[in-house]
Amino acid sequence: MYTRIQHPLHLSMQFMLLFSRQGKLRLQKWYVPLSDKEKKKITRELVQTVLARKPKMCSFLEWRDLKIVYKRYASLYFCCAIEDQDNELITLEIIHRYVELLDKYFGSVCELDIIFNFEKAYFILDEFLLGGEVQETSKKNVLKAIEQADLLQESQNEEWGGLSEDIL
Amino acid sequence: MRMPAPIRLRELIRTIRTARTQAEEREMIQKECAAIRSSFREEDNTYRCRNVAKLLYMHMLGYPAHFGQLECLKLIASQKFTDKRIGYLGAMLLLDERQDVHLLMTNCIKNDLNHSTQYVQGLALCTLGCMGSSEMCRDLAGEVEKLLKTSNSYLRKKAALCAVHVIRKVPELMEMFLPATKNLLNEKNHGVLHTSVVLLTEMCERSPDMLAHFRKNEKLVPQLVRILKNLIMSGYSPEHDVSGISDPFLQVRILRLLRILGRNDDDSSEAMNDILAQVATNTETSKNVGNAILYETVLTIMDIKSESGLRVLAINILGRFLLNNDKNIRYVALTSLLKTVQTDHNAVQRHRSTIVDCLKDLDVSIKRRAMELSFALVNGNNIRGMMKELLYFLDSCEPEFKADCASGIFLAAEKYAPSKRWHIDTIMRVLTTAGSYVRDDAVPNLIQLITNSVEMHAYTVQRLYKAILGDYSQQPLVQVAAWCIGEYGDLLVSGQCEEEEPIQVTEDEVLDILESVLISNMSTSVTRGYALTAIMKLSTRFTCTVNRIKKVVSIYGSSIDVELQQRAVEYNALFKKYDHMRSALLERMPVMEKVTTNGPTEIVQTNGETEPAPLETKPPPSGPQPTSQANDLLDLLGGNDITPVIPTAPTSKPASAGGELLDLLGDINLTGAPAAAPAPASVPQISQPPFLLDGLSSQPLFNDIATGIPSITAYSKNGLKIEFTFERSNTNPSVTVITIQASNSTELDMTDFVFQAAVPKTFQLQLLSPSSSIVPAFNTGTITQVIKVLNPQKQQLRMRIKLTYNHKGSAMQDLAEVNNFPPQSWQ
Repeated sequence: MYTRIQHPLHLSMQFMLLFSRQGKLRLQKWYVPLSDKEKKKITRELVQTVLARKPKMCSFLEWRDLKIVYKRYASLYFCCAIEDQDNELITLEIIHRYVELLDKYFGSVCELDIIFNFEKAYFILDEFLLGGEVQETSKKNVLKAIEQADLLQESQNEEWGGLSEDIL
Repeated sequence: MRMPAPIRLRELIRTIRTARTQAEEREMIQKECAAIRSSFREEDNTYRCRNVAKLLYMHMLGYPAHFGQLECLKLIASQKFTDKRIGYLGAMLLLDERQDVHLLMTNCIKNDLNHSTQYVQGLALCTLGCMGSSEMCRDLAGEVEKLLKTSNSYLRKKAALCAVHVIRKVPELMEMFLPATKNLLNEKNHGVLHTSVVLLTEMCERSPDMLAHFRKNEKLVPQLVRILKNLIMSGYSPEHDVSGISDPFLQVRILRLLRILGRNDDDSSEAMNDILAQVATNTETSKNVGNAILYETVLTIMDIKSESGLRVLAINILGRFLLNNDKNIRYVALTSLLKTVQTDHNAVQRHRSTIVDCLKDLDVSIKRRAMELSFALVNGNNIRGMMKELLYFLDSCEPEFKADCASGIFLAAEKYAPSKRWHIDTIMRVLTTAGSYVRDDAVPNLIQLITNSVEMHAYTVQRLYKAILGDYSQQPLVQVAAWCIGEYGDLLVSGQCEEEEPIQVTEDEVLDILESVLISNMSTSVTRGYALTAIMKLSTRFTCTVNRIKKVVSIYGSSIDVELQQRAVEYNALFKKYDHMRSALLERMPVMEKVTTNGPTEIVQTNGETEPAPLETKPPPSGPQPTSQANDLLDLLGGNDITPVIPTAPTSKPASAGGELLDLLGDINLTGAPAAAPAPASVPQISQPPFLLDGLSSQPLFNDIATGIPSITAYSKNGLKIEFTFERSNTNPSVTVITIQASNSTELDMTDFVFQAAVPKTFQLQLLSPSSSIVPAFNTGTITQVIKVLNPQKQQLRMRIKLTYNHKGSAMQDLAEVNNFPPQSWQ
């Protein structure tokens, strides 16, 4: 038996997970409050379920009381959990838009980019989605905002002690 | 001496990835965590962000990072943008509202919401909108509301979604955001438009008052229609274009909001009719993005009060989806059709063959939906074809489907079986192909069905016998078979089958198979119970093997299975002390009253049929029948579907199960159900029509309630008038009590008056004794008589009556049909 994901709120997206074909987690964005233990359990089970899917199967599956929308891009699986009333097809477009944004930012993005620059992947996601909903539908505007924020970060670093290279 | 700078984030990642084993990785992690901890202890401000970032990486690998929570808060409080960026990210990953420490963020967030730099404000809004607890939301709602009114579209769009989160956590705060929504849709910025639509959607879904307000006062529908129209009609906009479609995200959200506004509202639905038709017909379908919009449009059309032409358009879109190569599209089509099949049944029926094809799809989710939809589409017209497909599916589908599929087939067969033979065959097919997946509750239902198919008993028991001869491992099949053999074993050995070639089987062979079931390791305790009871029942049906049966029964009297032991002991008692009762107790089961929908012999008008389904039963008789001199009750029967009257005196047939038997056998301590019934756990309650018990006691079993059912004049001719008054039973809604009163307005008495009645086959009737046999002249008195009618299927009441009497020296006789029963007497 598993603990039900409590969602008294009506949410569009409950969480988004990115993981490799070996089941290694590369990004996890949760829009519902859950304990670390619960998150781990969900992640483990869902990763197993999705990895077991055959290539000919459709991108949607019912899991617990959620709808799971997933798509594989090269070696990475992008996996979203949405509510029953949500539009699965547009969720696929949301996933695709995010990949496009990563691709534009990193220039031909691959899994390694996301491994080594995971914090940037989060920043980009947070300019695209907020609270599980799309906040900006223009690719250009999302990338512009990230660019500006990066510039701000760099300029401050220079200001603060000549560490012109990556502070991280 | 200054501490060396902590290892860089990317350097650490590179190092950890070189680990060849889990143990090696763990060691590296532990070493780095120790370094980070001491760094934290030293309050190193410069590299705090680097250390937290590393911690977040290790957290993602699955290692504990809670010691970094407070550090995140320090980062958030810092003035450096990098610090805030990492700090807020860390907060979103490491903290959650269940921990009190998250509240420490509140003040920082409040300050940052008012920061001079919009990117800092953005961080704060994002964090609050992602993980803000109810307390935080309460504290900061005012700030969010302020930002919702800013002209800065970058902040405005984030504030809108933050407001959505606040409302979700603290619904009472919804009102305070209302003023700020006033001009949201006048924005040109798509980000603001999109998030505003999301906010309005949230408010309308949560509050009927808000919904009404936005419909009436704000005239939201025309605004949304205008925006949507612009999106469709405007030329190419590179910024928002996705495969030739302008801002599909916004289009989909608008369509969803329209759905909520149009639901149950004629005016709103009408106002959006044109735009929906336009989107439905003009949207490009070659890519997923276009289909996503079409899908949302279909959902909206089906949910609002759209005109029928639009609904048909929507269903046809779904029909086209079903033929799409993209299985994702087929999946959503099936899901949507499942939702609409009840309301737009005929339209969905047109796509039945495509849906049935989806049963063969490779994808499990598609198969499941196709199965559910197929069951929803089965009706009397397509039952044969559909059942062929569904039985094939049952054969070949994954185990996870078999139980549901079997149940669905049983249900459909019960409702629409074109003949009893077909029905039995279908059940047999399911039991033999998916016998171990059949649900437990199917067994008693099937037994009841078989019992009621009287003319099929010989055929059924023969087929079941043959089925378990080869293989008695499928428990539900064996249970049903054992019960039937016990019940109809006599038909089996006498070779009486009409439907197919009767088999030659001896009593010993029958007992062999039942004993094998008893012994087999595969048989569950319940199944063994069935087998033993069956063996016992055969003691009154078989002639040569009674001793063998006695022996078997006595052996199991010492079985370690308590259930079996109890049964065997009781059956032994039947043989020894109560042998005189044995035949009565083990008699054939009567037809059971079923409290569900129409049986296979009825004309069914459901699931989109326009004419009655073609059936293989005889039609009811049409005209009145010629009179005849004979007083034979059967003469009343014009066709073959009228049952004779059950005479007043109680028959020798015993009540089939339950309390009354126990009363008669007062001194036997029968703790289980008597032998006539199978295992108590699995047999449904056999409800007794109350009037059968009236043979034992003449008190009416129900309260006289003045229901105000109007009386009728059933017959009035030659001075003889017969009135019917009605009462309904309090305890059994299927029983109607009719009291007849016969009166005579002529100048001479009518003597030797006999009233007889007959009803159609689906009813049962009981006539109690009349008050007298003389109807006095000049209406000076009446004969009263009580008729009880059992109408389990709530059919329209019809009755034929026959009157015989002597009057003015001649024998009089008349037949009449009573058709003017008031609806309250039978509904």
